[in-house]
Amino acid sequence: MNWTINMFYFFGLLAVISALGVLFTRNVLYATFFLILSFFSVASIYVLGNASFIGVTQLLIYVGGILILMIFGLMLTTKLSGKVLVTESHNKRMGVILGVVFFSVLSFIIFSANFEVLNKSVEMPKKMIEVIGVDLMSKYLIPFEIAAILLLIALIGAAVISEKRKEIKE
Amino acid sequence: MSTLVFFLPFLLMYTVFAVYAERKISAFIQDRYGPMEVGKYGWYQTVADLLKLIQKEDIIPKNANKTLFMLAPIVIFTAIFCGFAILPLTSSWVGSLSQNGVYFLIAIVSLDVVGILMAGWGANSKYSLLGSLRAVAQIISYEIPVTLSVLCVVMISQSLSLQEISYQQSVLINVFPDLESTKNFLFGIKTMAIDVTAWGGFFTWNIFRAPVLIPVAVIYFISTLAESNRAPFDLPEAESELVAGFHTEYSGFRWAIIMLSEYGMMLLVAILGVILFFGSWNTPLPNIGNITLANWTTGQPGTIIGNLWSILWLISKAMLWVMAQMWVRWTYPRLRIDQLMNLSWKYLTPFAIFLIFMSGLWRLLMI
Amino acid sequence: MITVQHFLVIGISLFSIGLSIVVIKKNAILVLLGVELMLNGANVNLIGFSINDPQIQGQIFALFVIVVAAAEAAVALAVVVRMYQYYATSNVDEPNELKG
Repeated sequence: MNWTINMFYFFGLLAVISALGVLFTRNVLYATFFLILSFFSVASIYVLGNASFIGVTQLLIYVGGILILMIFGLMLTTKLSGKVLVTESHNKRMGVILGVVFFSVLSFIIFSANFEVLNKSVEMPKKMIEVIGVDLMSKYLIPFEIAAILLLIALIGAAVISEKRKEIKE
Repeated sequence: MSTLVFFLPFLLMYTVFAVYAERKISAFIQDRYGPMEVGKYGWYQTVADLLKLIQKEDIIPKNANKTLFMLAPIVIFTAIFCGFAILPLTSSWVGSLSQNGVYFLIAIVSLDVVGILMAGWGANSKYSLLGSLRAVAQIISYEIPVTLSVLCVVMISQSLSLQEISYQQSVLINVFPDLESTKNFLFGIKTMAIDVTAWGGFFTWNIFRAPVLIPVAVIYFISTLAESNRAPFDLPEAESELVAGFHTEYSGFRWAIIMLSEYGMMLLVAILGVILFFGSWNTPLPNIGNITLANWTTGQPGTIIGNLWSILWLISKAMLWVMAQMWVRWTYPRLRIDQLMNLSWKYLTPFAIFLIFMSGLWRLLMI
Repeated sequence: MITVQHFLVIGISLFSIGLSIVVIKKNAILVLLGVELMLNGANVNLIGFSINDPQIQGQIFALFVIVVAAAEAAVALAVVVRMYQYYATSNVDEPNELKG
């Protein structure tokens, strides 16, 4: 048990520190690699929270899919002429204040709330994937189908939007 | 523990022999001798090469991004080596008994894309960058047919755990905790009522339990070739256009690690393919009446003889698979980039989706 | 023992860092990364709330969030690439033609 909680602290810290890395680095590419590290630690946190299926999904979709797509996007939308890819920032003071205020208000709420009921240990199902699979095909069938349609629409939409069109000259 | 105790030393040994075998097979196919000078029949050629590689200077280009450049080979190797963690090695010796087994494997292996991008970007060379972009586009596209073909097997066997999939194809099927009363029928068709549970051997392999998996195995073979960047899909390192692809700037030990992970990927997809389609660690010999070949060549799980037999069958089948990969490499010409994408998106993926539908129908015959 | 609060603290940290990134960074792709980070913070909360729930509703909710995030990323990235083709920039504050 002790081992689990130590792993949790390690990955939690890693996730937060690498997220801060995204915030503070000016190099765009470093930011994406920091984010990969952060999402990887979040996946480990899911596994420690008894949600290994979601953890693996996180790896497959976020790290293996979305972030690679983002890196491709970066390479397509910046001029690759040997320069280091840096990004500028604006609203610095505003952004930091917003983040800090948000964090402190929410953590105040969390530490003043009473979570005893939620922390009571309950017998969990032994085969987690079976529960997820059966639920997705019965209880959550309509959301599942809607998600499929959403993905199809997004696929077509992305292809249509990024298609090369002739620019209209004025 | 099987990962560190068995697979790490085995991977190193295997790479040495695989490089030698690759040279000899290519020589045989092209009607020449191959390495002959170092040792008898050139046996020590790879060892000599390895010594040379380790001695070489570790060159880092002046304008390279040092952190990314040095980190990349480690990321690539780690991602691929993690995949070995969940492979069942014998009937009682498994890496991790994770419920997510094969799903985890597919997810973690796709992370080597991150390492390839790091290598391509960090080297600050246009050949590396172009090579890595090609490699990433190719690996991401071919992940889809791989995942779909694995999904077909998962639908037939109703499990993500690789050890459960292995036991389903075994003559020992009723030993596994969840499968005590499961029966295998010939071609999986229950209405024909030919019970092959006691026959064992190749009759209970997945491609025999559900013959719909034969074209799936072909799709899996083709698309894993592309995923491990092997010819005829070795465009990322097309030496006539891109020097050496994303590892152009690497030398010495770092290059050796990248090479090691490429051969490791070949071995990984070969073992996974054997587990999914060709009976995992099970013997190909069936029981015929009183001559119980399957029982003789399987052994009870947990005993030494059982472990030895299953390791022998798994590894020898995987080696045959690797040999087929090499055979393809030296027989077919390299594809063009647009042909490569066409093959993945216009042929393999729709066909794999159709086969998922067929697997669902076949599953209905099995229950 | 891992409690719900552990998850919630990590969740809000990721969420507020993501919020700051969205406000501060100029590059459109980095803004997108911030949005993804915020979605992840929300997901950590959902997983945290389902650690003692045998029906694991939170996990299924998280699964749908991941699916929607994938769709969002694809469309948003297409928009950014299109914007780059048209304005030759990927900074969010430069396309200001509609500003009277």
